[in-house]
Amino acid sequence: MTVLPSTRIYEGTRIPHPVPTILEVDPTEHRLEDILRINFGPNHPSTHGVLRLIVDLDGETVAGIRAVIGYLHTGFEKNMESKSWWKSITYAPRVDYVAFHANELLYVLAIEKLLGIEVPRRATWARMAMAELNRIHSHLVWLGTSALEIGAISLFWYAFDDRDEILDLFEMAGGTRMHTRYVQVGGLAEDLPPNFTKEARKFCESMPKSVDQYEALLDRNAIWLERTKGIGLLSADDALALAQSGPMLRSSGVNWDLRKNMPYLAYDEVEFDVPVYPNGDVYDRYKVHMDEMRESVRIVRQCLDRLDEMDGEPWIADDRKVVLPPRHELHTSMESLIHHFKIVTEGFTVPEGEVYVAIESPRGEAGCYLVSDGSARPWRVRFRAPSFAALQATATVVQGLLIADLVAVAGSLDPVMGDADR
Amino acid sequence: MSAYAGVPGVIETREALGETTLVVDPARLVEACTYLRDEHGCNFLSDIAAADFLGWGEQQVAGYIGTASGRDLHEPGSQGLSHVPAPKPKRFSVSYQLMRVGDEPERVRVQVWLDDGEPVASVLPVWPAADWFEREAWDMMGIRFEGHPNLVRILMTDDWEGHPLRKDYPLGGEPVRFSDEN
Repeated sequence: MTVLPSTRIYEGTRIPHPVPTILEVDPTEHRLEDILRINFGPNHPSTHGVLRLIVDLDGETVAGIRAVIGYLHTGFEKNMESKSWWKSITYAPRVDYVAFHANELLYVLAIEKLLGIEVPRRATWARMAMAELNRIHSHLVWLGTSALEIGAISLFWYAFDDRDEILDLFEMAGGTRMHTRYVQVGGLAEDLPPNFTKEARKFCESMPKSVDQYEALLDRNAIWLERTKGIGLLSADDALALAQSGPMLRSSGVNWDLRKNMPYLAYDEVEFDVPVYPNGDVYDRYKVHMDEMRESVRIVRQCLDRLDEMDGEPWIADDRKVVLPPRHELHTSMESLIHHFKIVTEGFTVPEGEVYVAIESPRGEAGCYLVSDGSARPWRVRFRAPSFAALQATATVVQGLLIADLVAVAGSLDPVMGDADR
Repeated sequence: MSAYAGVPGVIETREALGETTLVVDPARLVEACTYLRDEHGCNFLSDIAAADFLGWGEQQVAGYIGTASGRDLHEPGSQGLSHVPAPKPKRFSVSYQLMRVGDEPERVRVQVWLDDGEPVASVLPVWPAADWFEREAWDMMGIRFEGHPNLVRILMTDDWEGHPLRKDYPLGGEPVRFSDEN
């Protein structure tokens, strides 16, 4: 299948001019004295976090819109510059707190690229299994909250029930449910616990059935179909021009997935399909999310098989300048004690250079631009946030909608405000 | 010959860690970007990342406790560097991470170097996605993008003073009201 589609969702472009992210009221279509400007958010239960929308309404029709962000800006990038490399890893999962593992992995991959360190294959496959579990987790949160916002309340409970099982797996491996800091430069913080693959397999058995159930609940629900089909249109060309990625891009008919097109970890060694839907509406975004959960289960299964084969292999690189020495050596080896002390107090140093690493997070292309001056602290950390990019499309996708559809469309962009505001 | 030989305004081409960086004359940035989009198929602007290099390389080469460049055990990372990093041409860099979404995917980084207050043309006419990325670079670093129709703060409040990600902006110490009022 080619990357770019031949079907047209609408003719031409709908990106507003001159500012692509602000839809101004068109005086030829609306009488300006009829326009009511309302403020929607940042504290509103259906804005998916602290997103604020300033909406110009003509009756119930959305005539103008602009998104306002920044309410969750916490200065992660500035803070990370003042921490040593290995301490700053803790910040990365908190940026996009729903896709915590993906962000942690991204940051560590960027550091590893600067270091040129080789990661043992057991660690690579474990990272991949958890990245896919995290993708299911993120999609479940998306499904539960987005369906809740348009009135399908029961789905929220079902989705969060399954989500909990994933968090139990993370807790089993890393000790905490979210923000595990399980990914360590050079590999993992600990080996996977002995019964991890067994428990994860149980989850892989139940999850596809759950996805079928969710689809059965929604796909035959006339209200759900009415409220999602043909709403929030985004053409492939507009999606690319606005730097949309992930499910946003694939639901507009672009067959693009960094796992397939620019493989990292060991994604070129697993079998999976990339779901692509052609209509660019809320319904297709929902379908992409559902199919991706099934594909993720497929990948997790393959990872678990490989992890069982690799049982007993090293899970972190043997590089004493970067990786903490094994605990038991501290009692017998002077050198190990020194290395441990140096890494904990000063941190390891990373060679001078700049690097941009991108992975396919649940929300799309999550990128990390790092600059190092050769010291123990990052000179500059910059995250390319997929939610930030997705919200740029707000003014393009809401055109001609009713105010009630706005909630469905904003939810379908899948923004996580921690990610957008950093 | 590099694959990017025909790109206008290129001052320097760097290959490092498997990534290509094209350092471009700021005056010809839009020309270079338009060329990359139309001739090289770079249809996707992944990111615009600004970085401040104030004080770059001033942390000295590693010393011992008690010397001028010595380390402070209470401050991780203060032990100095193993060597002084290569100097940078100007204070700020702005890096445009471009990607070709197509059958032969590829990434390239376009970089411009700027002094404090030196403007650079907006690439918004080339990629609409530049809108918020440029607003963020203005908000956080104070990079002025000429021709951007709505260059206002995006993450900080509208009345915020200063640009937080600059190296001369303190990490903490937000001004507290009433502290010096009687």
